[in-house]
Amino acid sequence: MTPPPPADQPTRAASIIYLEDVTVNYDGFKALSRLNFFMDRRELRVVIGPNGAGKTTLLDVVSGRVKPESGRVIFGHNTDLLPLRENEIAQLGVGRKFQTPSVFVNLTVWDNVELSLRRASKGVFAALRQRDAREERDRILRTLETVKLADRADGKAGALSHGEKQWLEIGMVIAQDPELLLVDEPVAGMTDEETERTGALLESIAADRSVLVIEHDMEFVRQIARQVTVLHQGAVLCEGPVEQVQSDPRVLEVYLGRRREEADAVH
Amino acid sequence: MPKRETVALGIGAIVVAVVLPLCNMLPAGSPLAISNFTLNLFGKFLTYAILALGLDLLWGYAGVLSLGHGVFFGLGAYAMGMHLMLEIGSKSVYQSSLPDFMVWNQVTVLPLFWRPFHSTAFTLAAIVLVPALFGFAFGYLAFRSRIRGVYFSIITQALALSAWLVFNRNEMNLGGTNGLADFKTVFGFPLHQPSTQRGLYVVTALTLIGAYLLCRWITLTRAGKVLVAIRDSETRVLFSGYSPAAYKLFVFVVSAALAGAAGALYAPQVGIITPAKIGVLPSIEMIVWVAAGGRGTLYGAVLGAFGVNWIQSWLTTSYPDLWLLFLGGLFMSAVLFFPDGVVGAIGRLGGRVRRLVSRRSDRAVSTPSVSLGRPMP
Repeated sequence: MTPPPPADQPTRAASIIYLEDVTVNYDGFKALSRLNFFMDRRELRVVIGPNGAGKTTLLDVVSGRVKPESGRVIFGHNTDLLPLRENEIAQLGVGRKFQTPSVFVNLTVWDNVELSLRRASKGVFAALRQRDAREERDRILRTLETVKLADRADGKAGALSHGEKQWLEIGMVIAQDPELLLVDEPVAGMTDEETERTGALLESIAADRSVLVIEHDMEFVRQIARQVTVLHQGAVLCEGPVEQVQSDPRVLEVYLGRRREEADAVH
Repeated sequence: MPKRETVALGIGAIVVAVVLPLCNMLPAGSPLAISNFTLNLFGKFLTYAILALGLDLLWGYAGVLSLGHGVFFGLGAYAMGMHLMLEIGSKSVYQSSLPDFMVWNQVTVLPLFWRPFHSTAFTLAAIVLVPALFGFAFGYLAFRSRIRGVYFSIITQALALSAWLVFNRNEMNLGGTNGLADFKTVFGFPLHQPSTQRGLYVVTALTLIGAYLLCRWITLTRAGKVLVAIRDSETRVLFSGYSPAAYKLFVFVVSAALAGAAGALYAPQVGIITPAKIGVLPSIEMIVWVAAGGRGTLYGAVLGAFGVNWIQSWLTTSYPDLWLLFLGGLFMSAVLFFPDGVVGAIGRLGGRVRRLVSRRSDRAVSTPSVSLGRPMP
């Protein structure tokens, strides 16, 4: 990997991710429009916004799936993410949990976590050399205990329920030992009890990592959120503590102007 | 892998590599004797099995369907065939040092790219490296551009078609439609002697065993798990820090090299290699072997290659009209009724029988369920 070019402008020393003037253009539709966004280290941030506000595109840009038309994306102190591919960004310490569970259904739960573990090299020839390190087994076991799947370790991941698959994927992302976790609508399709456990899990992860969560479920947002960012038409509408954001007239207007039930969800 | 399977495969390997050639050495009248013809036929099937192993690693594990592996088989076979042509020397029909077809085409000087094939060492390297390098170049371009799924399959099929067209051209100096044939010796051993053919058979069987062990080793490493993971969710693999393109390229190159080795063993045993082995149809037949035998098991691919071709050689001699119907029917039933092949169907049947038996014994004594040990990471 080539060393990242030095950022020509100083970034906030404390920020884990820093986006400046980022524009993403999908055939004329601006999914992100000169977006400025940053997050502090060890912050748990929730991003909300109506459909099409650019929430998932924000995660796509940070994780390297979508390359913006213009702007800067700086990870950590001064790592430029724009020239890097998805797997290189993941290796740097950015983990991503997708909205629909994406796990390896034909592998065991254990193997799912094993493959995700942080490693110096994830190249083909490193993977051909077999090492049965005790330390690795401990890490896998710890991760499985964190997501409460230790007793399912030997079963195929395909046999897990929807909620369990979501947790397994969160566990896989934790196993990557990322500095920044991107989580896209983690509680969609979960029962109330599962939702609550997921919230507690994300809060415990945020104790020593930065977590960026996209969410629709306002009740869940109230449970976990400290700082909330509201996106609207590809740019930040407002930012602040959850109570403040909820009563912001601009936020109400955006949601009311869209759909009634989403407006209800805000209240 | 379960111990029972290892034992079964070990016995199979001994039968194929030791017992069958010994039976071939028995006098013709004895009850266990295997004719030269049959052993030679089996040798051909074994070369197909070597190719099927690589194809299974690619398709059954990584989920990458190649409809162009006839090309890699052909590259290996032609590389070997060129050496065998040069070995004929002036014992050819026209008694020229050039291969007969060149004399016929009024070529007076041996083309430059033929010359290194005088060397045995170069030929042995080329039969693996030429298909591997070609596979690397093709795979690199395709996988780097993130061409996957059915689009990749279509491109490999186009590759098979274009390679077939190229090899058919006389200007290529590879014998055109007639290909390379009339080989006399292989590395100095006369090909018409049964002992030479038996030797080729044993080398083929040992190559198959080596290829199996290589593929099995790959599937048992973490790289093998990454291949299965790519089949399940390529996106997740990518965002877990792995480059799926690198893994797919690796397994594509391995399968191309195995196909090349298979082709190189095919040429001297069958005595001819023509563009007909390269095109679209033979490439699809190779897929049928793996599908019918059972994907993602490795031994299923070996059984499929052997079984389908055995049936083919029987049907084409006894009921020649039925062969294509059978091949089509086999592929359709593999898709519709036994997607995991013969191996999978037998496994399911076995499971059903076991359940039936255990239900009966359950009525007598309730047996505790057997727990599976944790796989070693």
